[in-house]
Amino acid sequence: MITGLMESGFSNLAAAVAAIPIHPTSASSIADSVDHLYYFLTMITLFFTFGIFTTIFYFMVRFRRRSPDEQPADTKTHLALELSWTIIPTLITVVIFVWASSLYFENSRPPEASTEIFVVGKQWMWHIQHPEGVREINELHVPVNAPIKITMTSDDVIHDFYIPAFRVKKDAVPGRYTSLWFQATKIGTYHIFCAQYCGADHAEMIGWVYVMSPTDYAAWLSGGARNESMAQTGERLFTQLGCVTCHVADNTGRGPSLAGLYGKQEKLRNGDMKLVDETLIRQAIVTPNSIILPNYPPIMPSFQGQINEEQVLQLIAYVKSLGTEERKTNGK
Amino acid sequence: MSTTVIPEMPGQEIPAESRVNYLNASYGVKSWLLTTDHKRIALLYLGSITLMFFVGGFFAVLMRLHLIEPQGALVAPETYNKLFTMHGVIMVFFFLVPSIPATLGNFLVPMMIGARDLAFPRLNLLSWYIYVIGAAFTLYAVISGGVDTGWTFYTPYSSTFSHTSVIPTALGVFITGFSSILTGLNFVVTIHKMRAPGLTWFRLPLFIWAMYATSIIFILGTPVIAITLFLLGLERLLHIGIFDPAIGGDPILFQHMFWFYSHPAVYIMILPGMGVMSELITCFSRKRIFGYTFVAFSSLAIAIISFLVWGHHMFVTGQSIYAGLIFSVLSFLVAIPSAVKVFNWTATLYKGSISYDAPMLYALGFIGLFTMGGLTGLFLASLATDVHLSGTYFIVAHFHYIMVGGAVMAYLGGIHFWWPKITGRMYPDGWARFAALVIFVGFNLTFFPQFVLGYLGMPRRYAVYPGEFQVLNVMSSAGASILGIGYLIPLIYLLWSIRYGPIAGPNPWGAKGLEWETPSPPPTENFEEIPVVREDAYNYANVGGSRG
Amino acid sequence: MADMAVHGAHPPGFKHQFEDMDQQRAAASLGMWVFLVTEVMFFGGLFATYIIYRALYLPAFETGSRLLNVKFGAANTAVLHGSSLTMALAIHAAQDGKKKSEQVMYLVLTMILGAIFLFLKFNFEWRADYHEHLIPGFHFIIRPEWSAAGPHVPLFFCFYFFMTGLHALHMIIGFGILATLTVMAHRGRFNSEYYAPLEVSGLYWHFVDIVWIFLFPLLYLIGGRFAMPGVH
Repeated sequence: MITGLMESGFSNLAAAVAAIPIHPTSASSIADSVDHLYYFLTMITLFFTFGIFTTIFYFMVRFRRRSPDEQPADTKTHLALELSWTIIPTLITVVIFVWASSLYFENSRPPEASTEIFVVGKQWMWHIQHPEGVREINELHVPVNAPIKITMTSDDVIHDFYIPAFRVKKDAVPGRYTSLWFQATKIGTYHIFCAQYCGADHAEMIGWVYVMSPTDYAAWLSGGARNESMAQTGERLFTQLGCVTCHVADNTGRGPSLAGLYGKQEKLRNGDMKLVDETLIRQAIVTPNSIILPNYPPIMPSFQGQINEEQVLQLIAYVKSLGTEERKTNGK
Repeated sequence: MSTTVIPEMPGQEIPAESRVNYLNASYGVKSWLLTTDHKRIALLYLGSITLMFFVGGFFAVLMRLHLIEPQGALVAPETYNKLFTMHGVIMVFFFLVPSIPATLGNFLVPMMIGARDLAFPRLNLLSWYIYVIGAAFTLYAVISGGVDTGWTFYTPYSSTFSHTSVIPTALGVFITGFSSILTGLNFVVTIHKMRAPGLTWFRLPLFIWAMYATSIIFILGTPVIAITLFLLGLERLLHIGIFDPAIGGDPILFQHMFWFYSHPAVYIMILPGMGVMSELITCFSRKRIFGYTFVAFSSLAIAIISFLVWGHHMFVTGQSIYAGLIFSVLSFLVAIPSAVKVFNWTATLYKGSISYDAPMLYALGFIGLFTMGGLTGLFLASLATDVHLSGTYFIVAHFHYIMVGGAVMAYLGGIHFWWPKITGRMYPDGWARFAALVIFVGFNLTFFPQFVLGYLGMPRRYAVYPGEFQVLNVMSSAGASILGIGYLIPLIYLLWSIRYGPIAGPNPWGAKGLEWETPSPPPTENFEEIPVVREDAYNYANVGGSRG
Repeated sequence: MADMAVHGAHPPGFKHQFEDMDQQRAAASLGMWVFLVTEVMFFGGLFATYIIYRALYLPAFETGSRLLNVKFGAANTAVLHGSSLTMALAIHAAQDGKKKSEQVMYLVLTMILGAIFLFLKFNFEWRADYHEHLIPGFHFIIRPEWSAAGPHVPLFFCFYFFMTGLHALHMIIGFGILATLTVMAHRGRFNSEYYAPLEVSGLYWHFVDIVWIFLFPLLYLIGGRFAMPGVH
């Protein structure tokens, strides 16, 4: 009976141990390369840790004090040894640095053809908007094998958008836009976590990424209620909030026309050149008096507090839809 | 040969009670609370720091108990958030930063250099009072509802959104910072100006080099956290728009300013432990340190480079990739001097005469665990892996390996090593070795699973978590209970030994160093005559008969 | 104790953790320099933040700067420099073994000049700022003519009051130190052998002066008030 108990105890233990996850799912184009670097670093860590531990253990036993008056010979300095164990670790760190940095560079630059999806973190949920207008909360549906760029901000405190299976993470910072990109390689469901402490329900600010086949994704996108695209919603807001009264399309209004503005380099009254990107457009909406143009009086009112970050993103989508600088020149 | 003060030959022992020493030179609460004797001040600090350690540790125990269940076993999420914040604030600012410098440093720096006291004894006492006042503010914050911003106080959560006692906590940390500054100032001046005749820089014990390097960081870094916390308080009170983006402030600026101190601060927490290491390894292998100059300069190198790497805490904040590259390369650079030390300590053991006393067990544990903790730092200095690991339990495991597996083990090793000198009593060696083992096992069981959790993607500061992480969390919590018991054991036998421990002679370990040339406990003035130093540190193999 | 017989040979003011007066003097001096380094880091953090926000919100900071009273600022600069001079003269007086009345005179002059600085600042500049509603948190009023400069003019004044307030606090502490030194000088404690407290406090006072040398241009002068018309 005792052996029976022991056996079932061991098998339970074995089952429990086997159930301990060791390796996270890999589901993106960069996950494997990040993992390879991780394994290399693990090997180095284990090599040196065990190396040091076993060396110490061996020395402790081999050179244990055998009599109370034992006096070992004096230490001699050994410059060659000192230099070797300074230079060799330095070389190892150079290798790691170069490897990690080039990987990081690749992982930081979204491919040109990325689909942009917008995320706004707020206590304590993720608001996700697809450009086609579909909105989700704490869920992100994406097609497999397509590069996706996530542009995000926060409505309140700093959050962090983290998808462990894709090995991507970036802070969502209030007052500015940050972005990450990924390309999912496996259909499935993966965790989204908030990875920057943000208050009471930080641990509940989690969700799921649903990676779908392209046909399933298209079906999902067009299924459900009829959605207007982000740009269309933005256009509606543009009228509702009165923007259209000053920003007339043919430049006859009190404010500049926004056609073809996105992507342009604008010169401000103080001589600075600024790129018209998401950040600048947001700045113009929220703190207009921080951007003063040469030929226009600084009379634009601020819309801070009147619209939330998602609506700002919709307005930006609308401005982008009015044509970009590159498209204008390409169309010539 | 250096001066011997009182001959302690077998059969001629003068019982400690009848000899005047710093402990019995005067009695009464006033003689302690108004003392300017660096040794008594060290004990005042020892008491306060031990209290804060157990308060912070108590919060950790509650946290680990809570986390045995995915939905949380013990407290509401809001309470959990306060627990990890207060654990961090207390452990970082009120335990780790002052620990070795204010206790062992205060006690030993004058003795090791052959001085009668620090350069500014009254300033030293003031330091302690400042520490206590700061601790009082923070404990008040704990009692009045706690604080839930994380020890990192990130804005705008801490400036605008948290409804907890942020300002009393920040004020407590601000005030205690001045305690560090004054201690650092005292050490720098003392080491520069009060070394005994013949004690040149390169004859100094490496503990002194470590204290010196730590003091540089105290002096240069602490004022910056002071001004940062002050501005945070102003933002919270007056909403001036420095860190709150809703009113024009920059929340990332807060992080830059915060980490400009807090990264060097982690070196404040480890350098003194490294100094202790050099003392323990040499004594218990009865050998000169291998590569003295390299170890000495590595302490300085760590102190200086530590000011250049703060951005590695901010790789995922959206900072430019070029800034990331610079901070990454510098972070790799700062690892090299630490590696140099580890190799030199290991080499010191070679052909030594090694004994397994408790301090040595702590030292050997330190070397292994610090190596592992330090190497996991490489994962974080590497940009590509840091993206995945930042904000997860990998970070938690990394810094606990260094802070607990490293700094606390070094602290305990040092306390045990110098205990006979400080108290004149020996502790029970069997219990000490047993506790060291329990701590080592408990520590690894607590924190190794957290590396795995981090890699799997479990974020830190989570009051609840997905079920698949439970087994590793339970393992970690089991380890934490063992670790907690491990820490209680020394508390008990060390206190016991003060009254009932066997009386210790001046040099029970046969160690080299001026502090061992005085009686145990030492007289108030440390040395009857200031010694003249004619030999290098750790001159164990000297010709002419060591005192033994 | 062994050094009982030697006691009489030590000058008054000797502290027994030291071996001799030279060591004590060297330690005091180094201690003050190290302390000033910490002060540099303290003010430096604040200055760095000011500079960052000035770069971000230049029009607002220039507008705020132009509202400061540069005449009083300049007068205070002269007053503070003068007090540094009298402080140096006090140290010299002791160093050269001059009568204590001369030492006291220069110390008192330093205090008077310091007091003038504080008086000009608090009674003229700050009081006027209060009445003009320029102190954030104390009935601050946002003026319509600031709208072109953006909403961050109050932030400038936050920095102004915090930086000059911190500086003034250091001056008040210095005042206390000077008062103590004056009493000591009056009791004849300082002579050509022993004047380290004067020297060390002088270092502190000069540091306070130097902080002002940075504050004055950063806050008062680079607000574009001296810009030529048409040039930005």
